[in-house]
Amino acid sequence: MNRIGVLALQGDFEKHKITLDTLGQHTVLVRTKKDLDICDGLVIPGGESTTLTKLLKKHQLWEKVYNFAVEKPVFGTCAGLIILSRQIVKEPVETLDLIDIVTERNAYGRQIDSFIDELDIKMSGMEYKFEGVFIRAPKIVSSGKNVTPLAWHRQNVVMVEQNNILAATFHPELTNDTRIHEYFLTKVKG
Amino acid sequence: MRDSKDIKLKIGLAEMLKGGVIMDVTTPDQAKIAEDAGAVAVMALERIPADIRAHGGVARMSDPKVIKAIQNVVSIPVMAKCRIGHFAEAQILEALGVDFIDESEVLTPADEEFHVDKWKFKVPFVCGCRDLGEALRRIAEGAAMIRTKGEAGSGNIVEAVRHMRTVQQGIKKITVLGDEELVTEAKNLGAPVELVREVKKLGRLPVPNFSAGGVATPADASLMMQLGAETVFVGSGIFKSTDPEERAKAIVSATTHYMDFDLIARVSEGLGEAMPGLEIAAIPEQERMAKRGW
Repeated sequence: MNRIGVLALQGDFEKHKITLDTLGQHTVLVRTKKDLDICDGLVIPGGESTTLTKLLKKHQLWEKVYNFAVEKPVFGTCAGLIILSRQIVKEPVETLDLIDIVTERNAYGRQIDSFIDELDIKMSGMEYKFEGVFIRAPKIVSSGKNVTPLAWHRQNVVMVEQNNILAATFHPELTNDTRIHEYFLTKVKG
Repeated sequence: MRDSKDIKLKIGLAEMLKGGVIMDVTTPDQAKIAEDAGAVAVMALERIPADIRAHGGVARMSDPKVIKAIQNVVSIPVMAKCRIGHFAEAQILEALGVDFIDESEVLTPADEEFHVDKWKFKVPFVCGCRDLGEALRRIAEGAAMIRTKGEAGSGNIVEAVRHMRTVQQGIKKITVLGDEELVTEAKNLGAPVELVREVKKLGRLPVPNFSAGGVATPADASLMMQLGAETVFVGSGIFKSTDPEERAKAIVSATTHYMDFDLIARVSEGLGEAMPGLEIAAIPEQERMAKRGW
């Protein structure tokens, strides 16, 4: 059976693990390079992107995750999306540049501006509504031609895909709806 | 527990902070040092607990100017403290856009009977506790995160350990009680029975459980994480030490990798003097902060 790693340096990695466990998926909490070696896919959870970036670099996981993502599926939510982005608006923040999007951090404001609202998902030939949990969320400001939009909140694209990389500005792991994680698992199984 | 979008968003932010370190800071420079060291959030204060203790007098909410200056230099969440029961201070902090309010025993209580009704706020609250009953009373009032009280500004971990163990023992006990025993247990704890039932169902608190009060070394951080803390607050421990920058980084590493003792040994090497620290017995009863709150 495939093994999915959940980056567990910091953030809501437990929530992703619970969602994947519910789906009967074998999951591994990834804290070291060795942990990642045995994984077939990786989730980068929500958390604080500055903290996650520092910890990834400090423990030599930055390059390791980059090389992993060249061939294997990676799913980033919120802070995970920021780290996967090509570039961050207005800030000289280093990113992994694994998906061709430009992202603005904390784009909706502070915690008092966090919100839950309905999203429109268009994925695998299906269309449905999804509960979008946005916490100090980023916004995708622009995306390249190879990037496929998969979800919208009003006018904003909030979930995208480019080859083996999937990224969302919201937190499907904070809902009981497992459909987005199921979709990610189909990418892992190929 | 109320099941609303509101509490989901509040607990959601607490989830994002898990596995990280929240550091007390008093200036924009310290806030930058904390962020650069990998803190997941900062607590903006006029004085850190050790200095509040030394200074004496009434300790109040920080000057909004201090909070704004810190908000301007970091992108991580900024927290601030209000006095127990001082809902006007909390309203002001919410207006300033702080990301989390700590209704804290470190400040002088404003109300010796009632805590703030935290459901009325959009901003999430964290509250301290010494045992499970106190934790559940705060959650009943709307707290989205619980932390141990420990003894702030003491540099001594013993009270935080006591409080974390007491909470965990309380939880373990509930998980083995029969359903018919829960109402009496709720009475004994002084907590709503709905929350007691929820703890039995979940086997843990319904909100994240963090640790605070007395963390001074990477080993202290690892200890609290192993005892069941999900994140560590460090108050005076960083900026009262001789090398705050290195100590901050070391405590961050020890919190993330709290079971990797080779790594913790490495980051603990040559950190210089930790904050001096106080023997709890040497702190007069009336000056113990953990006793504040009801």
